Amino acid sequence: MVPGFFGLDMDLTLLDAVDSEFLGLNLSLILRSFPLLLQGSLITIEITALSVGFGLIIGMFVGIGRLAHNPVARILSGIYVNFLRGTPLLVQIFIIYFLLPIALGQRVDPFVAAVTACSINSGAYIAEIFRAGIQSIDKGQMEAGRSLGMSWSLTMRTVILPQAFRRIVPPLGNEFIAMLKDSSLVSVIGFEELTRRGQLIISTTYGTFEIWFSVAVIYLVLTFSISRLVKYLERRLTPG
Amino acid sequence: MIHIHDLHKRFGHLEVLKGVDFHVEPSEVVVVIGPSGSGKSTLLRCINHLEVPTKGEVVVDGIPLTSAENINRVRAEVGMVFQRFNLFPHMRVVDNITLAPIRVRGLSPEEAGERARVLLDKVGLGDKIRAWPDQLSGGQQQRVAIARALAMQPKVMLFDEATSALDPEMTKEVLGVMKDLAREGMTMVVVTHEMGFAREVGHRVLFMDDGRVVEEGVPGQIFDAPVHERTRAFLSKVL
Repeated sequence: MVPGFFGLDMDLTLLDAVDSEFLGLNLSLILRSFPLLLQGSLITIEITALSVGFGLIIGMFVGIGRLAHNPVARILSGIYVNFLRGTPLLVQIFIIYFLLPIALGQRVDPFVAAVTACSINSGAYIAEIFRAGIQSIDKGQMEAGRSLGMSWSLTMRTVILPQAFRRIVPPLGNEFIAMLKDSSLVSVIGFEELTRRGQLIISTTYGTFEIWFSVAVIYLVLTFSISRLVKYLERRLTPG
Repeated sequence: MIHIHDLHKRFGHLEVLKGVDFHVEPSEVVVVIGPSGSGKSTLLRCINHLEVPTKGEVVVDGIPLTSAENINRVRAEVGMVFQRFNLFPHMRVVDNITLAPIRVRGLSPEEAGERARVLLDKVGLGDKIRAWPDQLSGGQQQRVAIARALAMQPKVMLFDEATSALDPEMTKEVLGVMKDLAREGMTMVVVTHEMGFAREVGHRVLFMDDGRVVEEGVPGQIFDAPVHERTRAFLSKVL
């Protein structure tokens, strides 16, 4: 009996008794581990969705800040974007994981640290997506809004952003896929998403190839499904 | 209605306006002509501060364009029609027209909708109220753009080469709407290459070249007996 990772006690040693091999891979190990890995992949999706969701809010404000007339807003958002895009996510995760408890004065759950780090990182990339999306809208749109007596921010909200949103769906989909893969890095702070769960299973079963291949296939299925979903959304959102 | 004194505009090293004085009386239709790059569009865009003048003063309807608040007030009183229409492509025709009256003037959606219906009938597009901009021809889009500007009930209308992107047939339908507007007594400043329109509808014609007003007068004088050599040279090319 190996101790369960999350309340599930599994007798993985039993698997050795089953004689089912394919290309030297232990198929029943793959089958037995699959439910555990799928649970991990749900957690991966959860952390990715939360991070991109928060990143979307951060990115919208920072992206608009990059284009603002106010020089302070422009400089601060420029520093944010350049710092986070110019340093590795892995390092950012460590910084957040060790900094957050000091800043808050209490123990921080790895889940909170992981989502915080990924959101802040994703926010920087999404800010650039927003900036490009806004800049791709014809200048005449802002001029038309202003010439009707609408303020810059009112024109931004009612005219520019609704048009920019449609254009940023495809790059946002790419960011979601990138974040889904990069979220594997939070395994280093012991957060049990898909990759970490694979590591834990390997540490008790020694099924290195079986598990890593399974993990890779699950990531592939996830990213492929999301890219199809994005293509569908893109078609739906095309005006006309 | 519009008073401009000693207006200068510089883009980097390029001085586009070199001291322009310009006045428009209520109900007057002033047509600005001149070669490309003479500064006529820039002059027009300085009236509602889409371009910020480098030097000089602009007063519209007694409001000097000095503070941000004044600029928004003036813009609400000054309608502008662009060469490339600039309709909002993500909104239906009716929403294009009602957006600013609701958000800036504080009209109820019902009032603004009613106003949109009246204006669309006026420009001959009453049946297009629920259409999307990209379902309309260029001439129709420009007429919607005129209706959109009129929905703010402006005191002045600015036309920045409003027919330059249109084929002759569509040009005619847009010029027709502009003529009706002039006949109703709207104060208008029109930058155009349509010399026929300038002669027929304009009360006064300004000829601009190289950032200055070279010559101005009633259409008959400008077109039939231009005083200045550069005016003559320009007119001989376009007429």
